[in-house]
Formats: sequence, structure tokens, C-alpha cells
Amino acid sequence: MSENITVVVKALPFILQGLAVTMSMVLEALFLGLVIGLSLAVGQIYGNKWISGSISLYVWFFRGLPNLVLLFLFYFGLFPLLGLDVSAFVIAVIALGLRSSAYQSQVFRGAIQSLGEGQMLAARSLGMSKCKAILNIVLPQALRIALPGWSNEYPILLTDSAVTYAIGVMEILTRGNLVVSRTYKPMPLYLTCAVIFILLNYGGMKIIHLLERKVRIPGFGNGER
Amino acid sequence: MKTEDNLILKVEDIHKSYGNTEVLKGVSFEVKKGETKVFIGPSGTGKSTLLRCINQLTLPDSGRVWLHGEEVTHSGKNINIYRQKMGMVFQNFNLFDHLTALKNVEISLIKVRGMKKKEATEKALEELKQVGMEAQAGLYPAELSGGQAQRVSIARALAMDPDVMLFDEPTSALDPELTGEVLEVMKKLALGGMTMLVVTHEIGFAYSVANEIIFMEKGRILESGPPQKLVNNPRFERTKQFLSRLSELYKLGDEK
Ligand SMILES: Nc1ncnc2c1ncn2[C@@H]1O[C@H](COP(=O)(O)OP(=O)(O)OP(=O)(O)O)[C@@H](O)[C@H]1O
Ligand SMILES: [Mg+2]
Repeated sequence: MSENITVVVKALPFILQGLAVTMSMVLEALFLGLVIGLSLAVGQIYGNKWISGSISLYVWFFRGLPNLVLLFLFYFGLFPLLGLDVSAFVIAVIALGLRSSAYQSQVFRGAIQSLGEGQMLAARSLGMSKCKAILNIVLPQALRIALPGWSNEYPILLTDSAVTYAIGVMEILTRGNLVVSRTYKPMPLYLTCAVIFILLNYGGMKIIHLLERKVRIPGFGNGER
Repeated sequence: MKTEDNLILKVEDIHKSYGNTEVLKGVSFEVKKGETKVFIGPSGTGKSTLLRCINQLTLPDSGRVWLHGEEVTHSGKNINIYRQKMGMVFQNFNLFDHLTALKNVEISLIKVRGMKKKEATEKALEELKQVGMEAQAGLYPAELSGGQAQRVSIARALAMDPDVMLFDEPTSALDPELTGEVLEVMKKLALGGMTMLVVTHEIGFAYSVANEIIFMEKGRILESGPPQKLVNNPRFERTKQFLSRLSELYKLGDEK
């Protein structure tokens, strides 16, 4: 037992260096997914049939692929093919972010559609252009409505991020693996990784709930009146 | 198309179909400055569609609309300028749910008219005062009663200094005891010289405020005239029946 503890204590500084890698990968992918996902949702709803058709195809494509397949496709296929010398970390962010954008777009789309046409009509009746109406009226409301559903993307991306060990991103699991291969003590080391992921998940959700409370407005979802 | 100076709105031969059903079958009328015209008629007759064709929220299939002699139909991007001049009030208020009463009125001043925040706030408060809602300026739509919400939505439209106001059944989503405060505001507006088109079944309002009642049926104007004449001496039996049904409802509502 004490042997296990010493292994963990000795390995911990090395594994914890992966914390920053995991977190920046997750947050960057989340942000990429947010920006692209929001644009996709707007395009899918307000675009002409060609735009919304292409977006549906994009969503269908990225939602249909396992993470690992996408990672390999990018890391061993697409990026070398294009002659791009990009780190595994960047490729991981792009792959996770694009996949996440497909999921996020559907959360935002649902939120926008739940608004009802009255908001748009009122905005247009005051002389707002479609673009101004989307920016000032539709999106501020849709984002608040989407927040609870959207916050699921964080734990999903966090757990998905471990898959990037397969292309050698130096995140938490990759580091745990390296120590295991040297010490042959899988149980305590993987347990350590598990605890770190659980704590990251817990902490992140806490922050998201704080954010939810901060942007809460009477009359919206769980906002009290 | 510069005719008489006091002619504000001219609507000419508006047609609109949804699929195979023709909802508007050629509607024409003119509105002079300061006039209030009340539209009545059975459900599904095209009254809402007509109002929306005027400010182009719904595009008519044919026919034209002029505001101050300038064509509103086929006006491209300029439609956003004309819409500011044609305030619209909706049955369900359609207040912006994420904004306080004050910001509901402010936002188009800032985003459409490009006013400075401070100036916009001043004007918005002024408009809210007009409808007796300045005390609730900081409340969100979900915190307002229906009557209060509708008054804010009137203030929001008035903030753009419109030449004409379009009301689409402004009181029919309200509890009976709340219609009074909204009608009061509308009456004050009309007396203050605002030009108004009002779709409503509040025959009492029509009788006391309107210069003209327009009876619509099946996508057409069946007849129109000053309230006294239309109520006491309608040309068509159908107008008479409809009006007497409305008056009964109105009296019933009054007794409560
Ligand atoms: N967007 C639409 N698509 C299809 N049909 C529509 C649409 N809007 C209105 N209609 C139809 O057009 C007809 C006229 O509708 P409109 O709302 O203008 O009538 P209305 O006179 O305002 O009736 P109400 O008194 O019930 O408000 C109705 O039969 C309605 O079902
Ligand atoms: Mg209607």
C-alpha cells in the first residue's frame, strides 16, 4: 500500500503538468466550438437553402464520426497531406473543436427556434435590419436559453480530451501512461488520473453554474420571477 | 405621387395569397394625418395580414403602399427607414424578454437611430412617462402585467417618432380588467393627433375615437364609414349583424 502511495507521490508532479495541457485543450476546443457552432446555428436558420443544406451536411458528418477516427484522419491524413507542420496539440484542438461545433450548433439552433417569431417581427417592425435583430435581440436571448444544455459540452469535451493520448498530446492520461510503463503500477496511477478528471469536471461545472446564475433574467428558464 | 399634403398613407389594391387561398383580394384605402381608422371583421378575414403588408413584415403579392408619397413597397433596404415611421403594436406585445422596460424602448434608439446612450435613456423615459410606465422602467417583461407590457410596447413604437401607428388587436390578449388602461393610452394618442390604424373589436373605442370604421370580410373591404353611420345605418345586412354581435359582447363586458 505505502508502495503505491510513494509511486503516486513521485509521479504526481509529472502528471499534474498535464493539467494545463488538458485544460487549455478543452477550453480552446470549447471556444472554437462555440464560435463556429453559433455561426452554424444562425446560418442554418436564417441562411438560404444552400447554406442551411451545407450546414446540415457538416453537422451530420462531424456528429457521425468517432473522435478517434477524426483525430487519426487529421493527424496522419489531412494535415500531412496539406503539408502543414502542426503540433498534435493544435490538431487535437481543431478536431475536438470542430466536432463540438456540430453538437453545439444544434443546442443553439434549438434555443433560437424556441424564441418564437414575435421577437424577430417586433425588432424588424422598429426598423432593425435582420443582422441587427439577430445580434441584439435573438442571440442574447438564445444564449441564455441554451446555457444549461450548452454546459454539457464541457464534461463531454473533458472526457473526450483523454482520447488525444492516441496522437501523443502530453495531457493527463498520456503522462499517466508513461509513468505506468516505467513503474508497472497501473491501478494507483490510473486512479490518480481518474481523480484529477473528476475534480476538473466538478470545478468546471461549478464555474458554469455560477455563470448561469450571473446571467439569469426573470422570465427565462430557471430564472425566478 | 405628391398629392395633398395631409395624406399620410395610401394603400392600393393589395393582394396576398397563402398557397391557394387568397387572403387579401385587393384592398385600397387612404389615411389622412391625424385620422384613426378602425378595422373590424370576422376572424381570418385578413386584418392582421393587411397591417403586416403595410409595413412589409409580410410581402404582398401585388399592390402598392405609399407613406408621405414615397413608395414603401419595393423599397429594398429603405424599408428599414419606413418601418421606423410606422410603429407597430402586436397582440402579444412581443416585448424583448431579455431587456427591462426601459431598455426595450431604448434599444432601437441606440441601434437603429444611432443615438447616444444618455440621450436615448432620456427619450425612452419620456416615452414611458407618456404611457404611465416610468415607475416600472427597471422591470423585465415577465414582471409586468399584460396591460403594462402592452403600454411599454406602445412606448417602444412611439420612441421612433412614427408618422402612423399600426395596432393589431392590442387588447385581445388581455384580461378584461386590463383593457381599459391600454385603450386609455390609445385614446390619448389619437386625441393628441397621432395617425392610427387599429384592428380591434373594442366597439366602444371605435365609436368614441375612430374617424372611420372599416368592415372587412373575406379579404375585402365590404363597407366603411363614420362610426355613427356604420353602426346606425349600415348598407349590408352582414355588417349590421356583425356590429350588433360586437355591441352585445361589449355591453356584456361592461356589466361585469
Ligand atoms: N403565415 C401564414 N401562412 C399561411 N396562412 C396564413 C399565414 N398568416 C395568415 N394566414 C391565413 O390567412 C388568413 C387571414 O389571416 P389573418 O391573421 O390576416 O386574419 P385576421 O383577420 O387577422 O383574423 P383574426 O381576427 O383571427 O386575427 C387566415 O385564414 C390565416 O389562416
Ligand atoms: Mg389578426
